[in-house]
Amino acid sequence: MTVLSIKDLNVTFSTEGGRLHALKDVSFDVPERRIVGVVGESGCGKSTLINAILGLLADNGRVDAGSITFEGEDLTRLGPARMQELRGQRISTVFQDPMGALNPVLSVGRQMRNIQYRSGRSRSEKDARSEAMLRQVRIPDAQAALARYPHEFSGGMRQRVAIAMALMMRPALLIADEPTTALDATLEVATIELLRELQQDIACSVLFISHHLGVIAELCDDVVVMYAGEVVERGTTRQVFHTPRHPYARRLLECDPARQSGRTRHLPTIPGEIPDLRQRPPGCVFATRCDQRVDACDKVPPDVAVETGHVARCVLAEAR
Amino acid sequence: MSRILEIRDVEVTFEVGPLMRRRSILGVAGVSFDLHSGETFAIVGESGSGKTTLACAINGLQGISAGSIRFDEHRIDTLGARSMKPLRRRMSMMFQDPVGSLSPRMKVGNLIAEPFRIHGIVDKNPSVEVPRLLSLVGLTPEFADRYPHQLSGGQARRVGVARAIALDPDLIIADEPTAGLDVSVQGEVLNLLNDLRERLGLAMIIITHNLHVVHHVADRMAVMYLGRFVEVGDTDEIFRAPRHPYTAALLSANPEPDPDKARDRIALPAEVPSLLARPAGCEFHSRCPWVAARCMSEVPEFVQSETRKVACHTPLEPGARPPELEVTQ
Ligand SMILES: Nc1ncnc2c1ncn2[C@@H]1O[C@H](COP(=O)(O)OP(=O)(O)OP(=O)(O)O)[C@@H](O)[C@H]1O
Ligand SMILES: Nc1ncnc2c1ncn2[C@@H]1O[C@H](COP(=O)(O)OP(=O)(O)O)[C@@H](O)[C@H]1O
Ligand code: SF4
Ligand code: SF4
Ligand SMILES: [Mg+2]
Ligand SMILES: [Mg+2]
Repeated sequence: MTVLSIKDLNVTFSTEGGRLHALKDVSFDVPERRIVGVVGESGCGKSTLINAILGLLADNGRVDAGSITFEGEDLTRLGPARMQELRGQRISTVFQDPMGALNPVLSVGRQMRNIQYRSGRSRSEKDARSEAMLRQVRIPDAQAALARYPHEFSGGMRQRVAIAMALMMRPALLIADEPTTALDATLEVATIELLRELQQDIACSVLFISHHLGVIAELCDDVVVMYAGEVVERGTTRQVFHTPRHPYARRLLECDPARQSGRTRHLPTIPGEIPDLRQRPPGCVFATRCDQRVDACDKVPPDVAVETGHVARCVLAEAR
Repeated sequence: MSRILEIRDVEVTFEVGPLMRRRSILGVAGVSFDLHSGETFAIVGESGSGKTTLACAINGLQGISAGSIRFDEHRIDTLGARSMKPLRRRMSMMFQDPVGSLSPRMKVGNLIAEPFRIHGIVDKNPSVEVPRLLSLVGLTPEFADRYPHQLSGGQARRVGVARAIALDPDLIIADEPTAGLDVSVQGEVLNLLNDLRERLGLAMIIITHNLHVVHHVADRMAVMYLGRFVEVGDTDEIFRAPRHPYTAALLSANPEPDPDKARDRIALPAEVPSLLARPAGCEFHSRCPWVAARCMSEVPEFVQSETRKVACHTPLEPGARPPELEVTQ
């Protein structure tokens, strides 16, 4: 079963310099009970993708074509009221800065009670559930914690509280945008282990965005690699990390400082810039920076299924 | 190499809580270190461990409640805003959130020229300086006309670097200069900072959570816990043989980009103590897998041995594993 299925999604923003094509023909699935990681260069459209799913594109943005099917409904066709209903109940989010999700002037218990407003439970039932949820994310002394305010928790704890709140209503899909960026390595690892555990317990799917390739490798079942608004490669984490088939994916993995064996002052990079998304190149979007380009790259490359579930948008990718 | 910065026993106090129950906490609880020109010093540690506060204290944006800060042999923590100004332009700060720290209504060109205006520098012509600085950070002159929201994360970071080097500083303090950047852009920003350090002889303090980054860019590093340094030394040596248990746990947690890699981690309880209730004795004892009886009452001294300083009663031997591998959650 597929919880979220994105098909040929195209999103544009109107700008002074013309229409900016931020997502181009994006397709991938988030299967039931799987954690799908999204990686890619800053500005490649990860946040735009999330905003499109959540129906929260900026005023100058719109979905031009394609569909986002979530539990049988096409989210691109839903009205704001229905979207609002889905957000926080069926689809929930965790962001880098948990303070963004928490109201600084309300106690944590009050906020957790508010999330359950449609549950029909009594106040004490709601509080009991909140407490259980806090215990599940290992907040010590959960009952007392309900009375505390967000600023009274440390950064790592706050992120746990935000995760507890996001999973409170047992959503089908959790979208996590760099949720561990602000945490040190010990808390980062503890947080991803916790996410994995809760995901299995709640049986939800997760769309997980991170620049930390180590975290992606550790947590995710599948990976989607984006470049300049396109999905250039997708597959299982093993397929993509062990045998990347798109030149951009390969280079990205090579740039990870964690892969440099010796200590080096000069870190590898991918020379060149992302193309201007108002004037997309006619052929392969990576062509200006690709060290393997051939004449055929002047035409839009096909999505090649190199293996079951492993797809690369490159003329050099061949089925095995 | 000349000493550019001398930090001694610096403390920063915050008043917290409601008016009637006001209490003070130590955000920075006695930190000392030296920095020499041309050197890169990394500070790592828990979120909330006081890294940004320390950076702001060095920069004069945050008053200190004890200790001293000398910049190029001038005592700066006691200077008023006026006398600080000429020194302030010689140190610059790159903030954690690049886009948030750029004023949204100003174009990039103005943002880069802003430090000249703030410091009343008239002998530099912005129409020359702005393109020069943009090109130093690898951006074309067209970027001068863009607004911050029209920049990608990497571009915003470069604008931050351009602003930071505008006044030709001797010291750059970069707070999470690459958080939120993908690895290739991260490499570009770090290479850029490193080139500038070499070319201009800058000293640099880099605050980051990314240990892989620290390993590659920093000559020396400090590990911070609850507002104190618990270990300071040569980066390479610390990575080879961490001596403080918290450092060892941090390094063992560092996620590696290989889905099949065996992970041999030192697990720590996730509960970080509150600054309002600092643990007695060694402040790490509530999470330390090596905790012994004396750790709960005796404060370990910050002891220097050769090139390393460690605050632990029983510093680890190379490759030490926790006494009991089944660590409580
Ligand atoms: N203005 C303030 N008033 C009260 N407490 C503060 C203030 N600024 C910082 N603190 C507290 O001081 C401690 C250190 O904060 P600081 O922001 O310097 O940590 P940090 O290591 O930079 O964290 P992060 O990595 O999350 O940015 C924290 O416990 C924080 O809550
Ligand atoms: N409101 C907007 N108006 C114009 N361009 C936008 C807007 N939001 C995003 N973009 C552009 O869309 C592209 C993708 O941005 P974003 O989704 O923020 O990427 P990421 O999250 O990967 O950094 C970038 O080129 C960015 O400049
Ligand atoms: S299609 Fe051509 S230019 Fe594009 S990634 Fe493949 S080889 Fe490189
Ligand atoms: S002094 Fe004791 S509790 Fe503190 S770090 Fe060393 S062994 Fe652990
Ligand atoms: Mg983003
Ligand atoms: Mg900080």
